[in-house]
Amino acid sequence: MKNEHSFKYFSLSVIWVWLLIFALVPFGLVTIASFLSHSDNHLVELPFNFNNYKQLGNAVYLKIFRESFYIAGGCTALCLLFGYPFAYLIARMQSRFRNLLVLLIIIPFWTSSLIRTYSMITLLKPRGLINSILMWLGVIHKPLSLLFTDTAVMIGLVYNLLPFMVLPLLTNIERLDDRLIDAARDLGANRFTTFRKIILPLTMPGILAGCLLVFLPAMTIFYIPDLLGGSKSILLGNLIQNQFLVAQNWPLGSAISIVFTVLLLILLLIYWRNMRDRLEGDLLT
Amino acid sequence: MKRLPFALYIAAVFIFFYLPIFVLIVYSFNNAQYSLLWHGFSTRWYHELFADHDLWVAVMHSLTLGVFAATSAMIIGSLAAISLYRYDFRGRQFLYGLIFILILSPDIVMGISLLILFSLVNVALGFWSLLLAHITFCIPFVVVTVYSRIVSFDEYIFEAAKDLGATDMIIFNRVILPLLWPALLASWLLSFTLSVDDVIISYFVAGPDFEILPLKIYSMVRTGVKPEINALCAVTFGITLTLVLISQLLLRKKQ
Repeated sequence: MKNEHSFKYFSLSVIWVWLLIFALVPFGLVTIASFLSHSDNHLVELPFNFNNYKQLGNAVYLKIFRESFYIAGGCTALCLLFGYPFAYLIARMQSRFRNLLVLLIIIPFWTSSLIRTYSMITLLKPRGLINSILMWLGVIHKPLSLLFTDTAVMIGLVYNLLPFMVLPLLTNIERLDDRLIDAARDLGANRFTTFRKIILPLTMPGILAGCLLVFLPAMTIFYIPDLLGGSKSILLGNLIQNQFLVAQNWPLGSAISIVFTVLLLILLLIYWRNMRDRLEGDLLT
Repeated sequence: MKRLPFALYIAAVFIFFYLPIFVLIVYSFNNAQYSLLWHGFSTRWYHELFADHDLWVAVMHSLTLGVFAATSAMIIGSLAAISLYRYDFRGRQFLYGLIFILILSPDIVMGISLLILFSLVNVALGFWSLLLAHITFCIPFVVVTVYSRIVSFDEYIFEAAKDLGATDMIIFNRVILPLLWPALLASWLLSFTLSVDDVIISYFVAGPDFEILPLKIYSMVRTGVKPEINALCAVTFGITLTLVLISQLLLRKKQ
């Protein structure tokens, strides 16, 4: 009988060992590093202390946390605002082009986000497409400085992350039972009430999944502020990157990442509570 | 014509998605250094691109890395997906949750945690550190892709095979593999795409001796907008687009 189970034990041990060594242990190391001190010779040194976390209470860091939070929150809100109606229209569309349109949403999901960010520069730069069109139309007489502003960062983030909002919403809205909507209408609910009482609660898992997939990367994709925002705007991702690769203060960088991960887990908990009664595997499939 | 505003809205969002890339591709063929005006069709930026030796080295590095990372992730991830589907074992929920969290957790956290691991055990930053990192971030995507395909199978075929006396190994070879190969191939292509495009994690675990394409693009883009970059981005986009299209074709659910 040994042979019969060897496949099971083999495949399970491979995945467990891999994730243990390359996911769980490294994360444990980050946690440990966040309680150590910065050292010029050895990157980190003992003893254990809470100094890194205390340091995060400094006005400088609090400001970055707050700004990252606002920018990521704004980006998430914009993605939801534009993405929800978009996903809704496509999900309930009865057209032979529907599959093609879904494919057109999937493509930006998988193709290089760096290249897509770069392509935004071509549009926003002083002599880029937007300025040229506006000047040709006579709306403006000299180029607007669109690039290297917070607006550019926001446009870049929404551009990059909108597909991550739309896809989970799309899968969720597709599964909506038409009969429930018809029933609500039959019982005299107007469009708004139907949306608020039926459609919105039923698509909440999609909304939450989309918000998770947008909000967290929005705080950490460091190359978007780097390329579109100039040196002024520093997001959480830029701060972590800076602590690890420039300032070489690994313990502080680790502490920031831990705070960030706690935030991730809180959001995930909210998501899971909402999903409790549903099937597993809804997120990307 | 109540539908017209809706159609316009959908069109506007798609224009937002594709216009920047389209402009980029058009300009990669423009015969001018800086001008936005059209100076005629030219492939000179592509010629300059092909003449750039350093770039070719980075491309070869990325392709090698992508092939090894995608192949390893495909094997490990699909074995995990099959086990998650077929067996009940202690920690199943935990494993599932962990894979879910790995997909959601931002790249930067994985980047720094692997950097700490590699420096602790003295793995030199270069090919091996990149390969281990890329396999790790591809695995969860393979698991999800393959798992969602297996759940669409008729579960009685496994029962039937077992009743006919097949061992797990035979079920794997004769039943699972033939049914699953489109999903396996798709997960390979997607992993390869992820590996070739990854910036954030690679940024932390790459070393100076092993330059890869996305980091090369990143450093080129940071130093300024040059027409060669347009060409480079257009080529890279075209290749990943093709891979994604093939993978989606393979994953298409039968109506």
